[in-house]
Amino acid sequence: MLLSCRWFSIEYWYLDSKPTENMIHFVLLISRQGKVRLTKWYSPYSQKERTKVIRELSGVILSRGPKLCNFVEWRGYKVVYKRYASLYFCMCIDQDDNELEVLEIIHHYVEILDRYFGSVCELDLIFNFHKAYYILDELLIAGELQESSKKTVARLIAAQDSLVESAKEQASSISNIIAQATK
Amino acid sequence: MASPSLMDTLFQRTLDDIIKGLRHQQAGESAFISKVVEEIRREIKSTDLHTKSIALQKLTYINSIHFIDMSWAAFHAIECISSPNFSHKKVGYLAISMSFNESTSVILLITNQLRKDLKSNNEFEVSLALDCLSRIGTADLCRDLTPEVFTLLSSSKVFVRKKAIGVVLRVFGKYPDAVRVCFKRLVECLDGTDPQIVSAVVGVFLLKIFAKLAPLEPRLAKRVVEPICDHMRRTGAKSLMFECIRTVVTSFTDYESAVKLSVAKIRDFLVDDDPNLKYLGLHALSIIAPNHLWAVLENKEVVIKSLSDDDPNVKLESLRLVAAMVSESNVVEICRVLVNYSLKSDPEFCNEILGSILSKCCQNVYEIIVDFDWYVSLLGEMSRIPHCQKGEEIENQLIDIGMRVKDVRPELVRVGRDLLIDPALLGNSFLHRILSAAAWVCGEYVEFSTKPVELVEALLQPRTSLLPPSIRTVYIQSAFKILIFCLHSYLLQRENIADDMASEMLGLKSQGECSGSSALVTGKAPACQEQDEGFNPRDSNKSYEDLSIINEGDVSALLEKGFTHESIVNLLNLIELALGPLSGSPDVEVQERSKNVLGFVDLIKQEISNGFVSERASKIIDMVHDAFTEELGPVSVNAQEKVPIPDGLMLKENLADLDAICGNVQLPSSISFSMGSPFGESVGASVSIPQSKEESEPSSESTSLLAEHRKRHGLYYLPSEKNETLANDYPPANDPKSSDNTNDDAQDLVKLTDKSLLPKRRSNHAKPRPVVVKLDEGDVAPIIAKKSATRDDLLSDAVRDILLGNVAKTASSQSIISDKSSSKRKGKEKLNVDLPESREILGVEKPDLGNPSSRRSKHRSHGKEKSRKSPEKKNSDEIGDGEKESRRVDIAIVGIKQNKELKGP
Repeated sequence: MLLSCRWFSIEYWYLDSKPTENMIHFVLLISRQGKVRLTKWYSPYSQKERTKVIRELSGVILSRGPKLCNFVEWRGYKVVYKRYASLYFCMCIDQDDNELEVLEIIHHYVEILDRYFGSVCELDLIFNFHKAYYILDELLIAGELQESSKKTVARLIAAQDSLVESAKEQASSISNIIAQATK
Repeated sequence: MASPSLMDTLFQRTLDDIIKGLRHQQAGESAFISKVVEEIRREIKSTDLHTKSIALQKLTYINSIHFIDMSWAAFHAIECISSPNFSHKKVGYLAISMSFNESTSVILLITNQLRKDLKSNNEFEVSLALDCLSRIGTADLCRDLTPEVFTLLSSSKVFVRKKAIGVVLRVFGKYPDAVRVCFKRLVECLDGTDPQIVSAVVGVFLLKIFAKLAPLEPRLAKRVVEPICDHMRRTGAKSLMFECIRTVVTSFTDYESAVKLSVAKIRDFLVDDDPNLKYLGLHALSIIAPNHLWAVLENKEVVIKSLSDDDPNVKLESLRLVAAMVSESNVVEICRVLVNYSLKSDPEFCNEILGSILSKCCQNVYEIIVDFDWYVSLLGEMSRIPHCQKGEEIENQLIDIGMRVKDVRPELVRVGRDLLIDPALLGNSFLHRILSAAAWVCGEYVEFSTKPVELVEALLQPRTSLLPPSIRTVYIQSAFKILIFCLHSYLLQRENIADDMASEMLGLKSQGECSGSSALVTGKAPACQEQDEGFNPRDSNKSYEDLSIINEGDVSALLEKGFTHESIVNLLNLIELALGPLSGSPDVEVQERSKNVLGFVDLIKQEISNGFVSERASKIIDMVHDAFTEELGPVSVNAQEKVPIPDGLMLKENLADLDAICGNVQLPSSISFSMGSPFGESVGASVSIPQSKEESEPSSESTSLLAEHRKRHGLYYLPSEKNETLANDYPPANDPKSSDNTNDDAQDLVKLTDKSLLPKRRSNHAKPRPVVVKLDEGDVAPIIAKKSATRDDLLSDAVRDILLGNVAKTASSQSIISDKSSSKRKGKEKLNVDLPESREILGVEKPDLGNPSSRRSKHRSHGKEKSRKSPEKKNSDEIGDGEKESRRVDIAIVGIKQNKELKGP
């Protein structure tokens, strides 16, 4: 019930004149076969709503031909999508948000992914889904673009990676120790 | 428990294993997933954090891609983030930001951990915590963590600071009191950072703010419009250019030069090869269309060409524009183009087109339609379009027009006849609703039909068995009405033969009403002989008043076209034959009606044998005919609510009766049908007729029944409906003054009609727009600028006032350089908000989120939030009206700044 109330409040956001509400409601990566590769929700959606949203949108977007425009009107929102190779990157925004700008954000994200993975492909995202999330987190916060420099994002991610690596090494060595000790 | 967890650790499947496994599963994916989830459930209980975090990571993956519930693992996620190990933490935070929401019960348990991480020396831990907070922050969390977040606003790390500002936005939204604590620091922080380059992104954002402020403050617009135009001329970034255009077309439509410039730019977009730009160009045009239609007309060709674009979005957008271009003067041409085009397009778009034609034409009670004959035949044509699925809408309009526009009825009957008579249409279930309307129209206005018998044949053709029962009932009823009409005409005819001219007068005196309808017949008769153009339907209506004149002249004409005894008997036989099988129909309604009609036919047959019509039969026929000739008019949707309940009226009882009568007919146009469909009459009349075999006494009973039913109808539906009360008299259609509820709406509507009547074009018809009956209200919600209304809430008024005082400041803050002093000063003003009040508002806000008023209150409360930003400054001097508004300005300014901060490199 609470969720559905909030759902409504979202619907009215675009009528409201608050410039500070989050502009991207969710980010989806869908493969050409309709498989979901990444989902990130900046507005509250229940699990059920999420499934429904994805089902609806992938139906709409995947069926669109190659030479059509990149925007889809959907339930009073706009979904901006762009296809890169076999992946569709979709972002849902309000009616009065700037579609072209979001298109630029998508491209930006893809460029960063590309730089990070070294000519990124769908498999990279499948096996490193958490990294895709982390990169997205550096790019967007609360549904707004926060970092427009590719270099900065790359630097931040690399630094975190090295942290994780060292932490892992430590952990694995500890678990080795435990394992050996209990043998 | 140590050993199992150890085993788990050693043999745990990694995330990669799961992903690979999933990729190799072709069919049994869900089985595999549930198996994996089972494993995870076991592993996640491990005391070893490493094992736990891997399990959690797997679960997060499955949740995000396959939407398996992971709320049960909330506590484990919290355990992970409390690990000192950064990789565990990361996994834990990811899981939390994916799965937590406000109803997660353990959410408060993470407060301490978040606080710890926010204070951490490791900036990446800080950023993880900030990300998480921005995503899941609840009011409680925000309240507890506000100090830490604010400390971070002065962090030495740029990226931490940026994230912190992003989070502050969230915090403000969730926990308004935070504003008090931090506003000063926020401003300092913003001021501290160097003004960044004006990237397109920032520009877009600023423009958005201007667009929102502009309607509130005319002077702001004046100052901003020039720079915007400059931008438009110079910028190469399409996104910025589009935002400029959108700003102008939404907010600065009064500035001729700016609008011209943006229309020129839109043109560039329209002719661009990029479908995105084309779409956006069309979109911009549709925004500007209501105010500057010339912009659309100027680009007419592109718009109409876009109708055949590959992209359904572009097509839809251009369809909207085409619909916007429709006006009284070109509705015929454009509809022609659209209908032709719909024939060629795919089913979905075809229906979009039909839908937009229908909705455009019926706007404000058919405001733009002058030639209703044309429109009605267009409706008929649209029904025959193969993909047409707009049956319901067309049905409603056919009936609505029939009731509202008297002059169009002959054409309506003709169109209805054409539809009814075509057996092919019966096979298409989408058309059934339309056929039902056609049948009703033909039955109700049968006096305009040239060949009633043909109609009966059409209504009873064998293929009607394809219709659903609810519509068959309408068919049967219509056939019954037409039969009555034929019988009645036949009777009149006989009288006319028997008596001479003198008998005319006698008939007039004795049975005013029935000779009234005879006039209808006669009025029509000459028309049939002449060509169609010569036929002026007005005559047949007027004939009520001056029937005697017409009667005198046209007796012979009547005789020529009239019914013979034989034709009547044939008709009765036909009906008996066709309805006979239906008397055993499993559908109650069909069965009952056909039985009623059969009973009536049976009775009449006995009475008119041998070419002689008994007096009793003629009385019955007259009576039923009278019932049917009563005029039915449109009824306001909310008419019923307005009726004061008279004393002693058993409201519930009566309503239940109505339900029983109308319940079976599932026609959504219950307004028109509850009135329009002759259930009342039919049931009352036909039921009583078989009884009346005994004597004419029951017939008087039926009249009284009828009268009573009418009265009841009157009570329920007709207070605003003047037509009904005066039996056969056509009231002057266009003065909707029902004594009690006249209101301004009505006058507006009347004015509207007047206006639309003024410019009569369609000179070739030399025919004025027919009168369209309109109701006082509730009938149409005339489309009046609603937008302005919503904007005009208290707050914006107030904002306007304040802005008037503050233009200069606002303007300077527009320039991206942050204007420290102004915003600071405003911060000071904000101090004096009484907390209790704002609490209340917030309290209200939750229960009714989602309706516009709550939006407003939310809005307002946001204003207050901001106002609480600087509690430490108690020295505020001015309280009162100005306060709120200034806050509003602050919000805008803060918004600008924050965003700049966010978006800077």
